Parts: sequence; C-alpha cells; structure tokens
Amino acid sequence: MSNPPKAAPAIGLRAIEKWFGTRDQPVHALAPTDLQVPAGELLVLLGPSGCGKTTLLRMMGGLLEPTGGDLTIEDRALWKDGARQGETLSELGMVFQDANLFPWLTIEENIALPLELKGVGKAERLARAHELTKLVGITGFEKRWPKELSGGMRQRAAIARALSYDPKILLMDEPFGALDAMTRDQMNLELQRIWQETKKTIVLVTHSISEAVFLADRIVLLSPRPGRIDTIVDVPMARPRSLDVQATPEFQTIARTLRHRLNEIS
Amino acid sequence: MTEKTLPKAIPPASFGARKWLTRETALPWITTPLLLVILLAIWHFYVRGTGISSFILPAPSAVWDSWMDMLSSSRAWRHTWTTVYVTLMGFGWALVIGVGLGVVLGRTRWLELTLNPFIVATQVIPKVALLPLFVVWFGFGATSKIIVAAVLAFFPILTNTVLGVKSVDAGHRDVMTSLNATRWQIFRRLELPSSLPYILTGMEIGIVLAIIGAIVGEYLGGNAGLGFMLVSKMNGYETDGLFAVIIQMTLLGFIFYFATGALRRFTIPWHQSVEIK
Repeated sequence: MSNPPKAAPAIGLRAIEKWFGTRDQPVHALAPTDLQVPAGELLVLLGPSGCGKTTLLRMMGGLLEPTGGDLTIEDRALWKDGARQGETLSELGMVFQDANLFPWLTIEENIALPLELKGVGKAERLARAHELTKLVGITGFEKRWPKELSGGMRQRAAIARALSYDPKILLMDEPFGALDAMTRDQMNLELQRIWQETKKTIVLVTHSISEAVFLADRIVLLSPRPGRIDTIVDVPMARPRSLDVQATPEFQTIARTLRHRLNEIS
Repeated sequence: MTEKTLPKAIPPASFGARKWLTRETALPWITTPLLLVILLAIWHFYVRGTGISSFILPAPSAVWDSWMDMLSSSRAWRHTWTTVYVTLMGFGWALVIGVGLGVVLGRTRWLELTLNPFIVATQVIPKVALLPLFVVWFGFGATSKIIVAAVLAFFPILTNTVLGVKSVDAGHRDVMTSLNATRWQIFRRLELPSSLPYILTGMEIGIVLAIIGAIVGEYLGGNAGLGFMLVSKMNGYETDGLFAVIIQMTLLGFIFYFATGALRRFTIPWHQSVEIK
C-alpha cells in the first residue's frame, strides 16, 4: 500500500470494520482495515481461524454489511444507507467452500441460474453455460445432477456459475478446502489457468500456506483478536507456475517466512 | 454387484431369474399376492369349518360376489365418486392453505411462535367432534365433509412445509443473496424446490387423513359417499356388502397414496428419496 495504484482499484477498503454480537458482549471481528486490490490481481487472504478473513471476504461480496468504513467496487459504493447496490453487486462473483449447487437443477441449469435471475433468455443462457463448462473443464456433464459429480467437478461448476454473468471480480472463500490434496493441486492449476484466460480480479481466502504462495500475486496475512492485517507479502514468481514451483528455494523461503509469522500470531 | 460374482457357467435363463430376484423391488410383487392367497385360504376354510353365520363373517366368495355387484351398480359408483370428490377437495384446500401458511411461518419466527399454540389447539381437538358443528353451519351436503377432510390433512402438510422452509441450506441462501435475487426469486427458485421433498412427505400423510376425514364425515352425517354406504349396509345387516365397501375404500386409499408417491418421482427426481437408476 506504500505505492497506491494509479487507476481506480477493483476493490477499495477504507477503514472497514466489523462488530458482531450483542451490545453487552460485542465481538470485534475485524479492526478498521485499509486495502486496495488492483484490477487483475490474484490476492490471497491467509490467516488462522478467527482472523476475520472470511468476514472480510463476505463484506466484499455484499453478504455482510460493514459496521464502519467505505467499501467500493470498481469505484462505486457497495452499500448505500444499509441497502446493497445491485448494480455494484453484479461486478462480483462468489465461490464458497461448498459448491452450493442446487440439487434440483442440472449442472447447466445451475451454471445458468444467475443469468436466469437476470432475465436472460433460455437459449442464450444455456449457450453461455456450455461455453463455461468448456472453460472449467466439465464438458459432457451439462445434463447431470450435481450429486452425480465428484467434489472437484462440483467446485468447477460453482466457478462456472460465478463467471456466468462475466463479473470483473471473483471472490472465493476457501474454495478448495473440502477437496483432497491431489484434487486441490489440480484445482489450483486450473484456477491459475482460468484466471489468466479471463483476466479477472480474484480474492481468495485460504488457510493453506502452500496454496497461498502457489496462487497469489500478493498475500495478505491476517492476525486474530481482533482480525486485522498483519503483513502483506509479494509473491514475484513467474507465471504460469507449475506444481514444481513448490520445490524452488524462492517458494520455500516465502512459505517459511509465512509459517513463522503465523506461528507467532496465532 | 452380485451378478459379477456369479460364475460364468450358469445358463442364461437362470442367470436372468437370479438377477431379477436379487432386486429388492421385485420381492413385494411375489410376497404380496402370496400372503393374500394364504389369508383368503385361512378365511375360507375357517368359515367352511366352523359354519359361522354369514351375518358375522361371510365367506370370501360371498364378499367377492357382493363387491362385483357393487362394481356393476351405478349407484355404488356415484357414492365412490362422491368420496373421491370430497377427499380431493378437502386435500386441495389443505394443500393450498398448509403450504401457503407453512411458507410464511417457516420464514417468520415471531409469527410461528404467536400462532403455534392455536395450531396445536386445532390438532388437539378431536376433529371428528367438530363435524356436528360443521353440519349445523354448512348442512348435510359435501361442504361439511370437505372441511373435515381438509382440517385433518392440513396439519401434516403445514408442519412439513414449515420444516422444509426452515431447512433451506444457508449456503444456498448465500448464493441467492450474492446474486441479488428478489424475495420472489428466492421463494420460487430456492425455498419452494428445496422444501418440495418435505411438502411431498406431508402430502403423503395428508392424503390418507383426507380419505379418513371424508369417510368419517359421510358416516356420521351424510346422505352420499362410501361412508354413507357403509352405514346403510350396516343397517341392512348386509355384512358381505360391508366388506365390499371396505375393499372399495382400501383400493381408493391405495390409489391416492401411490399417486402422491408417483408425484415424488415425477417432481423431485433429484432427491435422495428417489432412487437413481
């Protein structure tokens, strides 16, 4: 944040904070926080549980209203007088830890759901869904029920759904946290490829150090009680990164630094 | 899976039979008729052996004849249709009001807490005892019976709908919120389909209760329907006719019950309560 970006940031936070709980027992989930995410960046929020990383992401996604501060998406306010701004919201796509596909819709219908809610015609939205199944690598599963797909494939469909209306920003809350290690590596590679193909701004929450270092341009390390930004670490490794990058000294130095700092703060 | 472990030497015919038999679904198709035949045989030989009066227990053959007579009589069919009509009307009202109120209560906690004692009260009252009141208000015609059927079927539909709306997955709600869905869209695209398995369970219980309501209503204060037919058979000491009416009622119950079951397969093929092929 020492050198602010010239263009308007994709996401701008100024003194954003969040309190939970009752008047008698308030919990300070996130202390006033400043953060700018430039367009096209892959930013990772990393931290121990209770550090407010999910709270921060859910505020960016409009699922939680900040208790104080200014939150702008593409230079427009996300909240005005306690009301979410629908137009601003449509610049955001969210992916959760669970794929959260609707079990009563087929994969293509799930992917097309956001377009259906926005009133896009059936032929057009299904065409878009098929385009996206290609992008996320699940062609041939368009007519299947979610329960017929593996966890990794369901998460791919969830990413496709978030991309369906072509938002500029993708917010991901531990998207691969429920997957096994091998699938997770695969999904990290796939996410890097999708990010490079679509040129989205991505903010991703994780508690895995290696996932953070592998994916991120920048890692924001948060510390708990109250949640706040501890350090911001740049990851200047070249792209596209292969899984072998994990064996390089550069990767390991960053990972080690993060691990030590995490041990100190949690 | 069991087919795979079978040795290859088994001839195709018996292989097929074996495969068919191992299916769980095939079992009732054999056992049900078998048990029926055994029961009928016991009944037949008991009547034959003891020479019991046909006023007390008519032979199965007499019941069969009486039922066949019934099926060929237009009067009996008119009574049957009356009961079908009363059941479906009562069930329909229970469905509309039960689901409508259930959705509202499932969403609004304070309203649920406020209305709950009254809803429970309507369940604790023996509803059949309300029938004379309904007759006073709405006469001996179909209306009073439709109301009894509706009141009986209403409760399971309501409680299951409330449960269904409350069980909507929080993650699914997050998806709809992040997509800026309107309240109507959330209801139409999330709450309703998500509650459908619960509503169908309520309907399966409700339809059976609606038949009971219709028949008891006709029995106690009617001049038409299978319940009324039961009373006139009893008054005429036609025990075989009584049995015939009971058979007719049972078949009606089966048809309604399986129709709602078929509705489940048709409307929620995605749900785990419907087996995947």
